Amino acid sequence: MELARTTPGSGDNPQAAGSQLHGLVQQAEAELDLAEEQPLYVGRTKIYPQRVRGTFRRAKWIILYITLGIYYLLPFVRWNRGPGMPDQAVLVDLQGNRFYFFFIEIWPQEVYYLTGLLIIAAMTLFLMNAVAGRLWCGYLCPQTVWTDLFQTIERWVEGDRREHLQRDAGPWSVDRIARLGIKHFLWLMVAWWTGGAWVLYFADAPTLVKDLATFEAPLIAYVWIGILTLTTYAFAGLMREQVCLYMCPWPRIQAALTDEWALNVTYRYDRGEPRGSVKKSAALRAKGIPSGDCVDCLQCVHVCPTGVDIRNGPNLGCIQCGLCIDACDAIMTRVGRPPRLIAYDTEMNIKRRTGGLAPIYRIARWRTALYVAVIAIVGAIMLFTLATRRAEGVNVLHDRNPIFVRLSDGGLRNAYSVHVLNKAHEMRQFNLTVEGVPGAHVTIVGDTVTAGTPVIAVGPDQTRELRVLVTTNAELPPAASLPITFIISDSKSGIKVRTVDHFFGP
Amino acid sequence: MAEQQHPEIDRVTGTPTTGHVWDGIRELNTPLPRWWLWLFYATIIWSIAYWIVYPSWPLISGYSQGAFGWQSRNSIVNDMAGLKAVRGPMTDKLAAASLQEIVSDPSLLEFARAQAKPIFNENCAPCHGSGGGGRKGFPNLNDDDWLWGGKLDDVAQTIMHGVRSADAQSRVGGMPAFGRDGMLKRAEIEAVAQYTRSLAGLSIDPKSDITTGKKVFAEVCAACHGDDGKGKRDMGAPNLTDAIWLYGSDAEAIVEGLWYGRNGMMPAWSTRLDESTIKALAVYVHTLGGGEK
Repeated sequence: MELARTTPGSGDNPQAAGSQLHGLVQQAEAELDLAEEQPLYVGRTKIYPQRVRGTFRRAKWIILYITLGIYYLLPFVRWNRGPGMPDQAVLVDLQGNRFYFFFIEIWPQEVYYLTGLLIIAAMTLFLMNAVAGRLWCGYLCPQTVWTDLFQTIERWVEGDRREHLQRDAGPWSVDRIARLGIKHFLWLMVAWWTGGAWVLYFADAPTLVKDLATFEAPLIAYVWIGILTLTTYAFAGLMREQVCLYMCPWPRIQAALTDEWALNVTYRYDRGEPRGSVKKSAALRAKGIPSGDCVDCLQCVHVCPTGVDIRNGPNLGCIQCGLCIDACDAIMTRVGRPPRLIAYDTEMNIKRRTGGLAPIYRIARWRTALYVAVIAIVGAIMLFTLATRRAEGVNVLHDRNPIFVRLSDGGLRNAYSVHVLNKAHEMRQFNLTVEGVPGAHVTIVGDTVTAGTPVIAVGPDQTRELRVLVTTNAELPPAASLPITFIISDSKSGIKVRTVDHFFGP
Repeated sequence: MAEQQHPEIDRVTGTPTTGHVWDGIRELNTPLPRWWLWLFYATIIWSIAYWIVYPSWPLISGYSQGAFGWQSRNSIVNDMAGLKAVRGPMTDKLAAASLQEIVSDPSLLEFARAQAKPIFNENCAPCHGSGGGGRKGFPNLNDDDWLWGGKLDDVAQTIMHGVRSADAQSRVGGMPAFGRDGMLKRAEIEAVAQYTRSLAGLSIDPKSDITTGKKVFAEVCAACHGDDGKGKRDMGAPNLTDAIWLYGSDAEAIVEGLWYGRNGMMPAWSTRLDESTIKALAVYVHTLGGGEK
């Protein structure tokens, strides 16, 4: 399976690169002649990623603990919202049409916050990409995190790369089958718990755990656990890098979005080439002939979770997790050469160094500033609307037909559906008044109080729909419609909310 | 490309090309992953399972039924039954409650209105308009003028038995064709039409013979519409003094009514709708805005 890759060295040494390529082409053509024709399908080359230690590995562990910790434990975090309200910090209440996130409670009509979150998420992804390439893919993507966890289990049960390779090449033994069985069992357990944690976000977690264990939970909970168990097991255990290579659109988008300033995990071929063994390089250097630092030990390839060779340059299959940096640094230290032969760098800097110029790094540039600005603006708008949003609301819908009614005494009446929202967690009384129509008299259908301002009682965290009639006997200005303002005011606190509609006449 | 025996190898990637070129861009012939092929076969097997489980093949008469007898029709029947079960307590409450009880219980009122709205749109709206706005000859149900009474019981009675319908308990009464049947002369009709307009405070033709109109009204019309023209609900005779005119308030419309008569009808719905539904409908119409206490 050959993925698009650029060839290193083509910039500084076109002749050498050209002859190298020529060989490659000849080889491929020879293979083609043998096979007569191009194969339609390619099998997967199984990857045995080797264990590695170092800075990036440690960072990946920390991120794995944090992200998985949040995912598995968050449903159990409690948050007191008062009596009669759910006390789960993060809860998607599909039946009650509410989303709870700590102190925030989102109603269905406020789902536009999701738009803001999506814009921020997209911009953050672009920003990450503009600063340091595939930070998302390498450290944060669930596919990466769970694959990392599953690979750790695999190494724990079946041994590190060498041991695992040896066992797989050997005969089917009881030991091999047992280890395989244990690995898949552990994978399924993790996958099952992943699915289990998912459903806990949709109901009271402790209750649901108990119901699930006693087989009293709703069928849909088991179905979702089943679906997520299978997808987790398949994606993190069986598919792994195939998801990144063939299924995920982000590598393609990322390749189109990257620029010359973006830091990427880069093999510094200016320092590494020409490759050679430690002895050969030492001999060359002793004679005063320059030799590269790369000792061609293939450690960078062996630790790679997607099985690519970073030395081939920017690569679609490279998720930029930085593990090859750790692996190479260990080797460089051992052979007494400076570390970071593979590092976060740019192609531009390699060319500058080759030309004797100092490398330049520029994180603050128009592009990143723009992303930060969009994130800041959208975030500020969301915070502002969230901070200033009301615990009460009124929506008015004019009757579509008839748009007005003539009464027997010559009066004019318009009818409206009025929704009164009470987002507070207590019962509230609202007075309903209207402005803008001379001589307007407001009545609520079903209201038993006939005199005075109509009072509407709305239960805690509820809405109430009412049919409201607005009648006037006054002489109206000769216009097709008048603006009418509906005002609800809390009878206790006096807080008012208003909305404007129309009062129609003949 | 034609002279080449095998596809060209792309120099950058080392991947063979398909030989297709668009604007100088050559298409790489990257092979698909093998698992993709297995997925494709899996979907074929899935489709076979689908044929077996679900109704799928058309036969000469009918179609293959599927292994478990699943039908979309049953699915909706189950859904409807589920909905009915959910509404059960409220439906029972509605059936047991009197009209007065329904309007004085906010939750029951809301339920009855919600139940009645689609039923109104299916059965009543063809004549009375969606929202009950009415049109010429078909009363507006939102206003406060009622031919046969606007209390809850009156509305329910009208819906149940109809107006001038075949039902034994139908509302009976009608406007005779005074002109066509020779009871009144053309001049008398024109005079009484002008007089009727004056009762409602509308402008009249200065050349008209109000004296004759008044005399004819007292002798002929007052029997049903009352001496003061305010109508009599037991006969469905409309109030002629208010601002609401079922067939229009202009002289021609009134003359037409006097000449040919007016006998609009409404079917009895007790044969088509059950009692609970009629109760809900009565409440719905009553709460459109014009209901009388």
